[in-house]
Amino acid sequence: MAYALIAVGYSLVFGILRLINFSHGSVYAFGAHIALLFVGFQFGVIPAVLLSIVFTGLLGVAIDKTALAPLRKKNSIPIAALITTIGISNIIQNLLMIFFGSEKKAFPAFFDFGMVNLGIAKVNSTQIVMCVVSLILLAALMLLVNKTKIGLAMRATEQNAKAASLMGINVNFVIGFTFFLGGASAAIAGSLISGYYQIVYPGMGFMAGLKAFAAAVLGGIGSLPGSVLGGLVVGVSESLAATFLGSTYRDSMAFIILIIVLIFKPTGFFGKKTITKV
Amino acid sequence: MSDNKNKETAGSGFIYHMELFLERYKLPVSAVCALVLLAVPFMGFSQYIMRILIMIGVYTMLGMGLNILTGYVGQLSLGHAGFFGIGAYTGALLMLRLGVNFVFAAIVGACLAALCGLLLGLPTLRLKGTYLAIVTLGFGEIARMVFMNWAPVTNGTLGLKNIPRPSFFGFDLTLANHGLYYLMLVLVALVTVSCLAIIRSKTGRSFIAIKEDEIAATMMGIQITRSKVLAFVISAFITGLAGSFYAPLVGFIDPNSFTFDVSSLIISIVILGGMGTIRGMFLGAVVLIIFPEVSRFLMDYRFVVYGIILVVMMRFRPQGVLGWKSQMPYKLPRLAREELAKQS
Repeated sequence: MAYALIAVGYSLVFGILRLINFSHGSVYAFGAHIALLFVGFQFGVIPAVLLSIVFTGLLGVAIDKTALAPLRKKNSIPIAALITTIGISNIIQNLLMIFFGSEKKAFPAFFDFGMVNLGIAKVNSTQIVMCVVSLILLAALMLLVNKTKIGLAMRATEQNAKAASLMGINVNFVIGFTFFLGGASAAIAGSLISGYYQIVYPGMGFMAGLKAFAAAVLGGIGSLPGSVLGGLVVGVSESLAATFLGSTYRDSMAFIILIIVLIFKPTGFFGKKTITKV
Repeated sequence: MSDNKNKETAGSGFIYHMELFLERYKLPVSAVCALVLLAVPFMGFSQYIMRILIMIGVYTMLGMGLNILTGYVGQLSLGHAGFFGIGAYTGALLMLRLGVNFVFAAIVGACLAALCGLLLGLPTLRLKGTYLAIVTLGFGEIARMVFMNWAPVTNGTLGLKNIPRPSFFGFDLTLANHGLYYLMLVLVALVTVSCLAIIRSKTGRSFIAIKEDEIAATMMGIQITRSKVLAFVISAFITGLAGSFYAPLVGFIDPNSFTFDVSSLIISIVILGGMGTIRGMFLGAVVLIIFPEVSRFLMDYRFVVYGIILVVMMRFRPQGVLGWKSQMPYKLPRLAREELAKQS
């Protein structure tokens, strides 16, 4: 489920820009660190997470406005934007390292209420909270995309940015808003996951980001329920691999599944048929 | 028609004058360059500087390997560290366990990397752009996992130590006797010449055609998937070659020598130097290898600066520092020139 939360952010941005946002992993680490910072200021946990959501969302907007918007204006090649996000990821991750230190820091387990007995099995309450929050987040995002006016604008931009702008949609605002949503969901994911593992460090976003990305592609990138399903598949297969193949191969599981899926069904489980085979 | 267009743009700007100068004094300039490169070991640099120079050579080769794929065919690979690692591990293992000569080990290492490139390329190069980037990224990670976990062969996370230096006829090439430096020069020269030969051949033209417009290229009778896979294999081969040279150079490799950072460094070299140029690879490698060394005073900030370089480059000069279009008039083949001279 952890990957599902991050994967949603990838899906949002990819859906609208057809761009893999490699900086998303770092944004997620940033969200976790900001939450930690405000928790350290004695703000209480909920306000800290809310502030982190706002700041991380703003970071997403800033990334878009400073680095990616000028590229769109110049109509540069897609690779340019991709490399820009790799560069941004580098910047964020190293700045985090400078300001917070590269060591692993303890994060409060703020929603740990002990074990919960479900009758058949005992489950850690953190896992339940994570599961519930992801589902709520997903439902909220689905509502936002499918029912509200801004969601309509987002879908229009996704289909055809030029036509959308002719219909009076402020495309740049919509893209900025998407980045805000992506950043906000990354912050939520960051706070929840670090609350679960109870550690935070600047490099945390890298592997998690890559795997979440694999999850997003698996479920059909650009589709929200797909990314949740993909996250589940990746998470479950990782645990299975850790049990049956030994924990050393755990990290490669996501990519092996990814390659197999891409070969046989490149659009993923829920993907739209946009990809063309040569 | 293209002649007219060239005349309009020709004759202005610094780049034009430089190109004109290079064209006119091609022989002396290249002779001086070659002499300087050959004479470097006798200028009394420390081993530290020689080592950096050799690393620049290695990364120039890596850059050229990726450049074939990204610069000319327009396919982005984020997993070249994987091929680099395969080449390095194969070469190192052959030399360590079987005591094979460097030349043979390097060829086998490069071929194995190329084979992996073929196996990865056949199914995945049918995918487009971003999807290819993802699959190669995954490949790079899987390759690293295999290095890490196939302990009986690769010695796991501990890595391979004491990789023997390359030797020819019982003569060991080391940093101290500058043998490694000259070996690097030979390899870089080989790779450069073969890259030039590939790009100027029919195959190379078809690569560039695919980058410009796939549909138009298909119309011209180019087999797209085949050309892409071929480019991928060549690219993997060069990268593997660089890897099998890298292993004996540093003498120690472990899975962490081939992380995603290496892949992104190779991409940065290609981007900074200029995609689709050979000259750019040299500049990119020089800048990006020397930069971390000279900027030690920046401490932790140098990696931030490194990211900023990428972003700023993409923003203001996506074609790279040396990525200009040649402003020289198009040079006709010799036979055509003679024909024209006869007519006039």
